[in-house]
Amino acid sequence: MNVHGISLGERDLPPKPPADELVIEPSSGWIALRLDELWRYRELLYFLVWREIKIRYKQTVLGVAWALLQPLFTMLVFSLFFGRLAKMPSDGIPYPVFSLTALVPWTFFANGLTQSSNSIVANASLIAKVYFPRLAVPISAVLSGVVDFALALLLSIGFLYCYGVPLTMRALWLPLFCLLAFATALGVGLWLSALNVEYRDIRFILPFLVQFWMYSTPIAYPSSLLPDRWRPFYGINPMVGVVEGFRWSLAGAQTEPGGMLAVSSAVAVLLLVSGAFYFRRMERTFADRV
Amino acid sequence: MRMDERVIIVDKLSKRYRVGRPQSSHNTLRDALTGAARRWAQALQRPRGSGEDQPGFHWALRDVSFEVRRGDVAGVIGRNGAGKSTLLKILSRITEPTKGRVVIRGRVGSLLEVGTGFHPELTGRENVFLNGAILGMKKNEIARSFDSIVAFAEVEKFIDTPVKWYSNGMYLRLAFAVAAHLEPEILIIDEVLAVGDLQFQKKCLGKMGEVAKSGRTVLFVSHNMGAVARMCNTCLLLDGGKVVAFGRAHDVIATYQATYGSACPEWTRDPKRTPESAVTLLRARVLDGCAPRGTFRGHEPITVEIEYQVREPVADCAISARVYSGDGAVVMSTSDPDPAGAPALPRRPGRFRGAFVIPAHMLAPGNYSVFIAAHSPNRQMYDAVENAVSFEVSAAGSLAAMDGRLGYFAPLLKWVTTPCDAG
Repeated sequence: MNVHGISLGERDLPPKPPADELVIEPSSGWIALRLDELWRYRELLYFLVWREIKIRYKQTVLGVAWALLQPLFTMLVFSLFFGRLAKMPSDGIPYPVFSLTALVPWTFFANGLTQSSNSIVANASLIAKVYFPRLAVPISAVLSGVVDFALALLLSIGFLYCYGVPLTMRALWLPLFCLLAFATALGVGLWLSALNVEYRDIRFILPFLVQFWMYSTPIAYPSSLLPDRWRPFYGINPMVGVVEGFRWSLAGAQTEPGGMLAVSSAVAVLLLVSGAFYFRRMERTFADRV
Repeated sequence: MRMDERVIIVDKLSKRYRVGRPQSSHNTLRDALTGAARRWAQALQRPRGSGEDQPGFHWALRDVSFEVRRGDVAGVIGRNGAGKSTLLKILSRITEPTKGRVVIRGRVGSLLEVGTGFHPELTGRENVFLNGAILGMKKNEIARSFDSIVAFAEVEKFIDTPVKWYSNGMYLRLAFAVAAHLEPEILIIDEVLAVGDLQFQKKCLGKMGEVAKSGRTVLFVSHNMGAVARMCNTCLLLDGGKVVAFGRAHDVIATYQATYGSACPEWTRDPKRTPESAVTLLRARVLDGCAPRGTFRGHEPITVEIEYQVREPVADCAISARVYSGDGAVVMSTSDPDPAGAPALPRRPGRFRGAFVIPAHMLAPGNYSVFIAAHSPNRQMYDAVENAVSFEVSAAGSLAAMDGRLGYFAPLLKWVTTPCDAG
C-alpha cells in the first residue's frame, strides 16, 4: 500500500454485485419506493409508533382522556351553535350524533396530518445520525394516532347507542372509511413533511390548512345542502367521502355515499402515491437540510 | 472468506453542499407565503446540472478514493472541516454523494452518536429497545443481549427509571452499551469518545479494542492520535475534502504530525458554517497575556481565550475546554463555571469572552491542542469544536528539560520530609 491516495480503475470493480453487497451512488430524479426495505424495517416502525404513543400523554394531568375530550367538546359547541341556534339541517339524524360521527374521523385525520407534516423536522436528530427508510417517520406519525382514534370510535359507538342509534351491518364498511382517512392524512403528510424540510413556511400554513379543510368538509353541515349533480365533485375532497361514509355506516344516514366515495378514494390514492414518490425524491437531501 | 478481501471500496467520492442558505425569518403569514412563492420560483429556475464551482456551494469531499480490507481497523484523521464526518455520513447512507461510488460488502453498523433517539421520558429498558431498533437490531437480538447491556452500563438498579433522572455518566454508559452490542461485520464509528469522562472513554476504547481484535472491520474517525496509533493498522488523512495520505497508520500519523504539528494559536469560526444554536463559539486564541502566540516556554503562563455568542437566554450554560497532549491523552478539563465550584450560569444574549490561565511550570514540553464546547451540563450540547487551537510548550525554561523528568506535568512541588520514628 502506498501512502498517497490511490484511485481504482474501472476494471477493479466487480462486474455483478453479490447479494450482501451495498452500492452507494448518487441517484437522480424519481426513484423506487423500496417498500420491501420498509417491510424489513417494520420493527423500527413499530418502535417509532410505540414511542409516540408512550410519550404523548406523559406529564399530562388528563392523559389519554384528551383523545376523547377533543371531539367531544367540539361536538358540544357545534350542537349548541349550529344544531340548536342556527338550526342547521342534519339529514334527519339528531345533531349531536350527526356531528360526532364526523368529528371522530376528522380528529384522527387532522392530528395525523399535522403530526406527519412536522415529523421529518421533528425527528431531525434521528435523520442526521442514522440510516433507515425515511418513509417510516411520517407513516409512524399517522399510525400513532390510531389508538386515540380507536378509543374515540368506541366512545362514539357507545354514545350513539345511548341516543338510540344501534350498530348495523353497515358498520362492517367502517375499516374502508378508516383506511381512506389514513391514506389521505398520510398522502398529504408525505407531501408536506418533505416540503417542510426545505420550506419551513409549512409550519405556518399547516394550522390554516387544517382549518380551511375542516370548513370545506361536511362536519357541521350535511353535504345534501349541495345539489345532487355537484356532489361527485365535492368528493374531490377525500374527507367528504370519509365523513359521509362514517355517517352512512354508523348513524344510518340516508345519503348513499357511493359516487362521492369513488371520487374520494381515487383522489386519496392519487395523493398517497404521488406523495410517496415526491417524498422519496426529496429524502436524499433531508439529512443535509434538516 | 478471504482476509484480504476488500470490504469497503470508495471510488472518486465527492460531496457538494449548498452553503449560505438565506435565513428564514417570517413574521407574518403574508411574508411566509410571498417568500415561499418567490423561492419556489427560484427553485424552478435553478439549473439542475452539476455545475463545478458555482458560488454558494462547498465541496466537503473531492475525489476521495481508498479501500478497506476485511479485518482492517482503519482510522480517519484530519483537521476540522477536512470532510471526515461527511465521509462517514455517506458510508452510513445518511446522505448521498454528489459523485462517485462506494461498494460495501457485509452488514454495516454505524455509530455517529451515542444515544440517538433516546427519549428522556422513557425508562432505561424502553430506551434500550428503542435505540437498538434504531441502530438496526432485531427485537429478539436486543432481548438476548439485554442483560449484558445492562451489566455493561452498570445501571441494573435504575433500568426501570426514566432516563431523565439518570446522571450524565449513567446515560452515556447505557447509550454506549447498546451500541457496543451491535454485531455488524463492518462497524463505522464517529468521534463518540469525545463525550464523557476519562473512565467512560477508557471503557469505550477497551470495547472497541475487543471489537477490533475479533476480526471485524472497523472504520473509526478520531482526533485522538494515541487511540488511532494503538488500534488502527491503516489510516486515511483528509484535508479540505481531499485525501492527503492513505496507508499504514504509523506513516499517516507521522505525516499528520509533520503537517499540522506546528501550533495554531488562533481559530475563527467560518460564518458560513456557524450552527444555528442558542450559544455558538466564534473565536479561540492562545495568548501570552496580550498577543496570540504558539510557542511558550515552560516558565510562562498560557492564556486560553474563548469568544462566544449567546443568541437566546439559556438557563444553565457552561463553556468548557479540554486540553489534549500530542499523543491524544486528555491532560485536563476546565469549565466556566466549574461544576465543582458553582452551578452552571444563566446566560443573557450577547457576545462574550471567557479566558483562563494555565499557570507557569504546569505542562511538560510538548504539543497540546484544545477542544472547546458550549453546553448545558447533562442536557444539551450547543456547539463544540475539536482541536480549535493548539500550542507548544518548549523545553526552554521547563523543569522537565533540566533533568528529563517524565509525565504530562512538570510542576515545581514542595516536598516535606519528616522522620518516621521521631515520636
